[in-house]
Amino acid sequence: MEDHPKPEAMDRRRFYIAAIYGLWSLIGAALALPASIYLFLPPSARQKEEWVDLGEIAQFPVGVPEEKVFRHNRKDGWRMISEKATAWVTRMTDQEVVAFAPQCTHLGCAYHWDEQKQNFLCPCHASTFGLDGRVLTGPAPRPLDRYEVRIEKNKLRLGSIILSNSLSHSPQNGARPGAEAGCSSGVSRDGTALCGPESTQETG
Amino acid sequence: MRRRIIDWLDHRTGVETAVRSFLYEEIPSSSGWHQVFGSIAVFLFLLQAFTGILLAFNYAPTPGDAHNSVRYIMTELTGGRLIRGLHHWGASMMVVVVVLHMTQVFLWGAYRKPREATWMVGILLLLITLAYGLTGYLLPWDNRAYWGTVVTTQIAAKAPLAGPYISRLIGGNGSVGVVTFTRFYALHVMLLPPLTLLLIGLHIFLVRKHGVTPSFQESGPTKKFFPEQVFKDTVAIFAAFALLVVLAAIAQAPLGQLADPTDTRYVPRPEWYFLFLFQTLKLFEGPLEMVGAVVLPGLALLGLLLVPFIDRGQLRRVRRRTTAIGIVLLGALGWGGLTAAAILTTPANIEIAEDLSGPQSWQQLSPEELAGIGYYRKENCSSCHLVGKTGRAVGPDLANTAIRKDAAWMILHFKRPQAMIPGSAMPPIQLSDSQLNSLAAFLLKLTPRNAEALQSAPAFAVEGALVYQQYRCGACHQVNGVGMKLGPKLNALSRRRTKEWVVQHFLEPQKMSPGTVMPPYRFSPRDMDRITQYLMFLPPEEP
Repeated sequence: MEDHPKPEAMDRRRFYIAAIYGLWSLIGAALALPASIYLFLPPSARQKEEWVDLGEIAQFPVGVPEEKVFRHNRKDGWRMISEKATAWVTRMTDQEVVAFAPQCTHLGCAYHWDEQKQNFLCPCHASTFGLDGRVLTGPAPRPLDRYEVRIEKNKLRLGSIILSNSLSHSPQNGARPGAEAGCSSGVSRDGTALCGPESTQETG
Repeated sequence: MRRRIIDWLDHRTGVETAVRSFLYEEIPSSSGWHQVFGSIAVFLFLLQAFTGILLAFNYAPTPGDAHNSVRYIMTELTGGRLIRGLHHWGASMMVVVVVLHMTQVFLWGAYRKPREATWMVGILLLLITLAYGLTGYLLPWDNRAYWGTVVTTQIAAKAPLAGPYISRLIGGNGSVGVVTFTRFYALHVMLLPPLTLLLIGLHIFLVRKHGVTPSFQESGPTKKFFPEQVFKDTVAIFAAFALLVVLAAIAQAPLGQLADPTDTRYVPRPEWYFLFLFQTLKLFEGPLEMVGAVVLPGLALLGLLLVPFIDRGQLRRVRRRTTAIGIVLLGALGWGGLTAAAILTTPANIEIAEDLSGPQSWQQLSPEELAGIGYYRKENCSSCHLVGKTGRAVGPDLANTAIRKDAAWMILHFKRPQAMIPGSAMPPIQLSDSQLNSLAAFLLKLTPRNAEALQSAPAFAVEGALVYQQYRCGACHQVNGVGMKLGPKLNALSRRRTKEWVVQHFLEPQKMSPGTVMPPYRFSPRDMDRITQYLMFLPPEEP
């Protein structure tokens, strides 16, 4: 049969092979597509944003970062967990506050405030950050990440963490901090994101 | 270039030669559509493995988390419902296809010498397919899974001689719990898949060794497996796959309420393909129960295994194999009759399916019960008591039914623990009567089903409920069907009012709702925040 194939036999053979490839491609695509969506798309958020109360802003001295530990609820996959979290809160002026996420933007180590040098120092690879979160030295690729911040009736409230590289008000190198989603006041001239008392309206 | 790469690879691995010898295998010219079922079964097994792995990426194999994680897969992950649907319906389809494959081989008499071993390995594969169904059934950990498994394990435990050992092996110490669950999971994902691969490999090897069975007195020219038969197999596989995708897309895989061992109303039923066994069991009572549970299924299995040795007559055309056709028809009739009887005699289950878009369990608690969680946390009860799986097991597990007492007993016990349970190490709880009532109300509500409420109820809601209780809002309002109806029901308040409106209403009720009898409330800022946030989270009232 292979030696002297008739033309119609050849046509049929070609049809069979084309159908085999075609149908298996369809099956492959019909499985790969939902599987990729299932694995790569983030879960649909069903939890309302939670804002944590950190108390009166008067407790924070101006210009001195303070480490605040608080408890918040977080949805972790299928569980709602209550966990401790930390923020480095700095009151920039009377009514302006920033709160940094406690991890270095290089590899996620916990950093601390170096009182003598007046900067944030990461002990892992010696990245340093200014009071406004900007990278001063070291391998950190971007400024410190920030919590969404609101001030309502002189009380400080923290929302979720916004990565500094996802902020819209970045200068040309895209590395300086910008406005938090919760702030209507946007960015001050020196690039620091500030949140004033006028930013009390809910944004989402 | 492509040729050179393939030649290079073939020279070193022999892969092309192997594929060629597989594809260009000589098969009888009579081969055709009736022989596609084996290929579909292998495809479905691979599909089950694929979807099973995808599910395992988001499935937590513990009774505490299993149900929640399945719900998470189905409601929060895009495509999750489809993936679980494919796995769920794929299991049923696999049973159907494996049985069809076996029936075809039986009708054609393809088990005859020298293919006895091929047949027997096939029977083992059928048993493994059923074992997947049995072990996988428990994994969503809903009532259906739990009660179905309770019945199955009880049947297994009754097997003569082996019963106690089987029972111990599947961790059923008279009940279905974490041990059984974990062992079923281990069987389902660790033991059965490699065993299946091994047996499928052996099965295909034997099919290839002895060749596909030719039809009666066939002596004509043979043909190659590729492409004609591969085409037919592919079309059949595609049809089965398309049917499965449609089924998974339109018929949602069931997920009931979280398994509740205290639910006395639940009517347990196994998966549909086990219903005939379940019904058989009903025909035998008392000491004869063994006959239905073990002897008959055992004999049927033995009969199946020995078919090649029983039927040793001349091979005939399929249409002339009247005995075989009769046996198949009788088997189908018996199976169908028993299954239909089982379905018809099943009372409608009171249980409604889990509302996948519905509120979380803590949201279904009344304010009093939710406030009870607050007192439970405040008094640090979890330092001694387990609820489900959180806390320490010094005192009894409060989600366990054994501890279930009435509210009066509980309150006396809270006040004077030793008076109610002599020797109890529990200190008296220093709370007011209404607070103790609240704590008791919550504990009375606890079952393994809603033990998760304790874990998942966020602090703001608990504190909001505490404020609600403290100011006796329930004296006028209703939440989740509890409370008076003087004022409006508060469920789904966020659909009607904004948080700011509610705050203003607390401060100046007359201004916001002229004519209202509600007095103004001057909460502390924190209390105001908590109670309004809690009220904004109240779900729509359940029907």
